Amino acid sequence: MKRIYLDHNASTPVREEVKQKVIPFLGEMFGNPSSRHKEGRVVRVAVENAREEVARTINASSREITFTSGATEGNNAVLRGYWQSYKEREKKNHIITTAIEHPCVLTTSQKLKKEGFDVTFLPVDSVGRISLDELEAAIRPETGLVSIMMINNETGNIYPIERIGEICQKHNVLLHVDAAQAVGKVPVDVKKMHIDFLTLSGHKFYALKGAGAMYTKWGRWIKPLMTGGHQEKNRRSGTENIVGIIAIGEALKLARDEMDADAVQIKKLRDYFEKRVLDEIPYTQVLGDPSNRIYTTTNISFKFIEGEGIILKLDVAGIAVSTGSACSSGSLEPSHVITSMNVPLEDAHSSTRFSLGKQTTKEDLDYTVDILKDTIATLRSYSPLYDEFMRNQQKGE
Amino acid sequence: MEYTEKVMEHFLTPKNVGRLDDANAEAEIGNPACGDIIKLYLKLNEETGIIEDISFQTFGCGAAIATSSMTTEMAKGLTIEEALELTREQVADELGGLPANKMHCSNMAADALHKALKEYQEKHPKK
Repeated sequence: MKRIYLDHNASTPVREEVKQKVIPFLGEMFGNPSSRHKEGRVVRVAVENAREEVARTINASSREITFTSGATEGNNAVLRGYWQSYKEREKKNHIITTAIEHPCVLTTSQKLKKEGFDVTFLPVDSVGRISLDELEAAIRPETGLVSIMMINNETGNIYPIERIGEICQKHNVLLHVDAAQAVGKVPVDVKKMHIDFLTLSGHKFYALKGAGAMYTKWGRWIKPLMTGGHQEKNRRSGTENIVGIIAIGEALKLARDEMDADAVQIKKLRDYFEKRVLDEIPYTQVLGDPSNRIYTTTNISFKFIEGEGIILKLDVAGIAVSTGSACSSGSLEPSHVITSMNVPLEDAHSSTRFSLGKQTTKEDLDYTVDILKDTIATLRSYSPLYDEFMRNQQKGE
Repeated sequence: MEYTEKVMEHFLTPKNVGRLDDANAEAEIGNPACGDIIKLYLKLNEETGIIEDISFQTFGCGAAIATSSMTTEMAKGLTIEEALELTREQVADELGGLPANKMHCSNMAADALHKALKEYQEKHPKK
């Protein structure tokens, strides 16, 4: 059966050009880039080319780029490194982040809070926006760092990093940006946005899992998470993930050229899909900020039912999506992103994320709408909440 | 752990779904906060105490729907006393097992069954 993959925010397939580019590094080009012999040197050149591609993509310089295992490591490195480096030296032990960050920022912040770090978690409104006034008001003399994601993985909301950067600069606070969902999809400019630390992850833009990069503004040295050899100028010890790094370089080189066209093409498909779902399936709503979302993503709640049933049924029909429902996550709580938007629990449980990619076609989406209509109607026919609602409707008529 | 084939079968084609119009016992369990609401309808023979018909409505995950379906299948034809002995674990076993995190939150239909039967017994004390 043909599969329709609509979960690109979770991970993207490795694109063919990237696959071709890394194959030699699975074969004859196996050297350790730290070695001085020829085997090592050719790999070093390839790693440095990839670093240059990352730098160019975010308007940084190569020496500001460190390769990591992904955004989770990068975000840990920034938060823990900041805590180690600054807590005593500058007495700036307060950071500000938001309620809708990825778990790798939220959980790490909560852990550091237990160790004595002072953390403010900014709330969001019903569509997931933060208030810049609230952010500015939360800055205190001891505030040293603001940590905020550029694009939310669940809703696709885009946050006003440039304006946040201006606020941080005005108050002499450093800015850390988790850009895992942004790099390769939208223009990112660390200078214009006044960013001090930025993290990214290769498998979100058609490169490989297990490799990412972080940007550290020149001069913003923080203690490394990993110590050992001298790799990555001592910022991240451990022999480099060559294949993952080469893949990132190639994927970003291609993404820079394709970004503008994707933004038009994929947005058109996303909007078409979203409109059909809202028009053709009653009691549905989009979660997130419709006026400020990444073009790949729509998060829709289907009233009266639970999200896991939706993904199971779509999966059986050949469609891959994800849900913010409690039942699919292993925890008993629905998504922290959706609940922090004060979405009623019945709706939060059915929040379903569709994230499109470069290969998504209109036919894929038409098929998905057909299956979805049937799925929602079937699950609602099992639901006591729907039954009750319909009976009350009839009584009212 | 993934869902077993049996769980998927009961999720995709559940038995005994919907309201039972001539029910003489019913119970609801769960709430939207935990993500599962299970409602059972029973038609008990007032002479013999046998469950002649039973159905469910469930808001919940795949496991919640599958365990509801299986519980109704297992309970049909039992006497009140027999049905009160039916446990969540038996329902899970009959489905070939459930992922650990689903045992507690989603496997609640047996509890709903007991609740309905006890309420029925209170209203219909034995002569």
